[in-house]
Amino acid sequence: MARTLKLRIWRGNDKDGGLQDVTVEANNGEVVLDIIHRVQATQMGDLAVRWNCKAGKCGSCSMEINGKPRLACMTQVSAYGEDEVITITPLRAFPVIKDLVTDLSFNYKKAMEVRAYEHPADLAPGEARMQQIDVERSQEFRKCIECFLCQDTCHVIRDHEENKKSFAGPRFFIRLAELDMHPLDTLRNRKQSAQEEHGLGMCNITKCCTEVCPEHIRITDNAIIPMKERVVDVKYDPLRWLGSVIRKREGIL
Amino acid sequence: MTSQIEHYKYDIVVIGAGGAGLRAAVEAREAGLSVAIVCKSLFGKAHTVMAEGGAAASMGNVNEKDNWMVHFRDTMRGGKFLNHYRMAELHAKEAPDRIWELETWGALFDRTQEGKISQRNFGGHEYPRLAHVGDRTGLELIRTMQQRIVALQQKDGRDTGDAEKMIKVFAEVTITEILKENGKVAGAYGYRRENGQEILFEAPAVVIATGGVGKTFKITSNSWEGTGDGHALALKAGANLVDMEFLQFHPTGMVWPLSVKGILVTESVRGEGGILTNSLGERFMFKYIPDVFKDKYADNEAEADRWYVDQDNNRRPPELLPRDEVARAINSEVKAGRGTEHGGVFLDVSKRLSAEVIKKRLPSMWHQFYELAGVDITKEAMEVGPTCHYVMGGVEVEPDTAAAVGVDGLFAAGEVAGGMHGSNRLGGNSLTDLLVFGRRAGKGAAEYVKSHGANPVTDETLATAAEKIAAPFISAGGENAYTLHTDLQEVTHNLVGIIRTGDELSEAITKIAELRKRSADISVTGDRIFNPGFHLVFDLDNMLLVAESTAKSALAREESRGGHTRDDFPGMNSTWRQVNHISSFDGEKVNIKTQPLPVLPKELFDLFDVHELEKYMTPQEIAKGGSN
Repeated sequence: MARTLKLRIWRGNDKDGGLQDVTVEANNGEVVLDIIHRVQATQMGDLAVRWNCKAGKCGSCSMEINGKPRLACMTQVSAYGEDEVITITPLRAFPVIKDLVTDLSFNYKKAMEVRAYEHPADLAPGEARMQQIDVERSQEFRKCIECFLCQDTCHVIRDHEENKKSFAGPRFFIRLAELDMHPLDTLRNRKQSAQEEHGLGMCNITKCCTEVCPEHIRITDNAIIPMKERVVDVKYDPLRWLGSVIRKREGIL
Repeated sequence: MTSQIEHYKYDIVVIGAGGAGLRAAVEAREAGLSVAIVCKSLFGKAHTVMAEGGAAASMGNVNEKDNWMVHFRDTMRGGKFLNHYRMAELHAKEAPDRIWELETWGALFDRTQEGKISQRNFGGHEYPRLAHVGDRTGLELIRTMQQRIVALQQKDGRDTGDAEKMIKVFAEVTITEILKENGKVAGAYGYRRENGQEILFEAPAVVIATGGVGKTFKITSNSWEGTGDGHALALKAGANLVDMEFLQFHPTGMVWPLSVKGILVTESVRGEGGILTNSLGERFMFKYIPDVFKDKYADNEAEADRWYVDQDNNRRPPELLPRDEVARAINSEVKAGRGTEHGGVFLDVSKRLSAEVIKKRLPSMWHQFYELAGVDITKEAMEVGPTCHYVMGGVEVEPDTAAAVGVDGLFAAGEVAGGMHGSNRLGGNSLTDLLVFGRRAGKGAAEYVKSHGANPVTDETLATAAEKIAAPFISAGGENAYTLHTDLQEVTHNLVGIIRTGDELSEAITKIAELRKRSADISVTGDRIFNPGFHLVFDLDNMLLVAESTAKSALAREESRGGHTRDDFPGMNSTWRQVNHISSFDGEKVNIKTQPLPVLPKELFDLFDVHELEKYMTPQEIAKGGSN
């Protein structure tokens, strides 16, 4: 049950480029990535696209399909109407390398800026005891497949290159929340560092990141808002502020 | 050209950034050496991420009767006693430490009531043994290793001002050749996929951790990266591959829709109670319990069902037989006309578990079927069939150091290394294999570098390596790499697949040679900037070499065992069990020779009931009772 599909694929490099019209056959049940591969194998041998697992598990084939940040491997062709033209463009928040491939180094740089997990010094391997309910909060954030769709859609950086320097983005807010809620992590200043070093305050909770997350991680509700609330608690509550000064704690709870 | 080459010097180059590569890099760094990690994809995207079910380690958290000896026995049985005993022994002994270590790096496994790491049942494992995080254990492993690398880099940054001084990740780089001088490893050569920029790593030791070969086949659970790069690089560098005939066809891949054919359906579905039925509604696995497993697997539904609540007094359900048995059974059912509409069988977990529990324990399976096939696995059965999943064969290594036999300075770990799993790998043994032998490879390479020192690359060696990269742009032969790849997949699928015959294998060998000839005439369109057509040229060359090695090894082995089934030689043969097949490359073609399998030492021999060993070994071997 093949159908003929009309596509517009963005082709070009960091200097210039534009949409090219392509007509290609599609079979029942195929996803957009299948179609891109068919175009590659039959019409545009050098069409650049990243992909790996083709099962929604690795987060490589991130792109924008009809303007929406999506994984091409999880986007069914049948979701689009018979006569609809499907427009495929690279992630807008990051510099293009070629065609659908963008330079994601921003994200790896930000990953490097989040201080790593620190295990309790006196807890030997195998001795950790944690309850399932206590690990589940962080486990939700560890489902992240680093597709960076949340980073792409976040309007703080999507159209504001100047904010990139001081803003880590939703992917790294959930990393910070994960560490903050990790039952064993010994660094206690995660929320404060989210606010002061990673630009948590610039997020104004429009939930765009949550909407595009293919893993359905509740980025805003479960990571960003709780961290913001706790930051507010401590920063602006005079008694707790005093307490933290008197006890000379490394950070806030 | 030489002046434009990017040039780096490291103590160790690790090719591959999956679990084994990253674990090797951590070990080498902790030994004080500098490490380049080179990978074809972005950092954190390696195929390890696809591992679902868990990591097998006899921690005994769920059943305290478990220990390394039970795990060792299960691994040997699963591999039909063709495993390198020493690798299976090291793996079983060290796996628990490697899992606990991950926890000290921030990993969060699912827990037992007591707060320990939870362990689940899996095919071929006597006790619940797989540490897991829902059905996304591979993601947890890769992310933990990735974050461990970042942690080490952050420390180097604080200590030296340069976070990438001791470990640097070179993402999206293809290695085209392992360089040698004076007969020893001197480095690796390749290019950046982003722009074709050529890149030289001078290093006296190289660890190959490139994973598998699935993309040689038409229906596979592997990503595009599984093109046998490390197998081919090792062969070309003068190393050997061992037992390349053994490929694991995972019994349960998706069969529909077409575009997702081959994508893995985790064995945890069966571990959690999923049953297999044919189109007549028969739970057919009871018919396929081989004699060697009759005492461990239930032959009736009532007992199989009871096992889920009482494992001490009942035998296991046959759905949990080792993967090779289940894959062959499904293949037989479909061939006999009892398959589903799309050529598979039914796998159903909806009748055993509530929707809530399914979504909790198998979240990514639920998601995968719902999004890609429109099937709600909490209500309906899945359609599944065999998919090429894993290669048991691989680089021949010294078990303790992971050093490749025959090439000084070369090491291999993970799926690319051979021996550990014998003729068939048990589910869950792969993730701990990566960690145990990744660590050993990093350690082995570090010790080698400390005792051998630098081995500089000469200009002649460099020039030869550079020429190979330019070649596809110069050729005007007109062959298309995509077409050749599809043709190769047809050959392997039809002639070297799950059931094989001598005639078909001979035909495959001829056809692969023809494809290799045609591949010399591949022309590439476009330029060097992120050009997939260009990238495929090198991947294809590797796949052709691997396919040749597999077809020739398979033709040589005149018996059926594990992941190698010969229609013309059904059944295991104890004499063949004493033999490994060694592939080597003479520059033109792959040659196969037989080599005696290392003999089980007495202390390991004695871990088994002798009557069990009689099913696998010759009377002479039994009489000898081990090697010492």
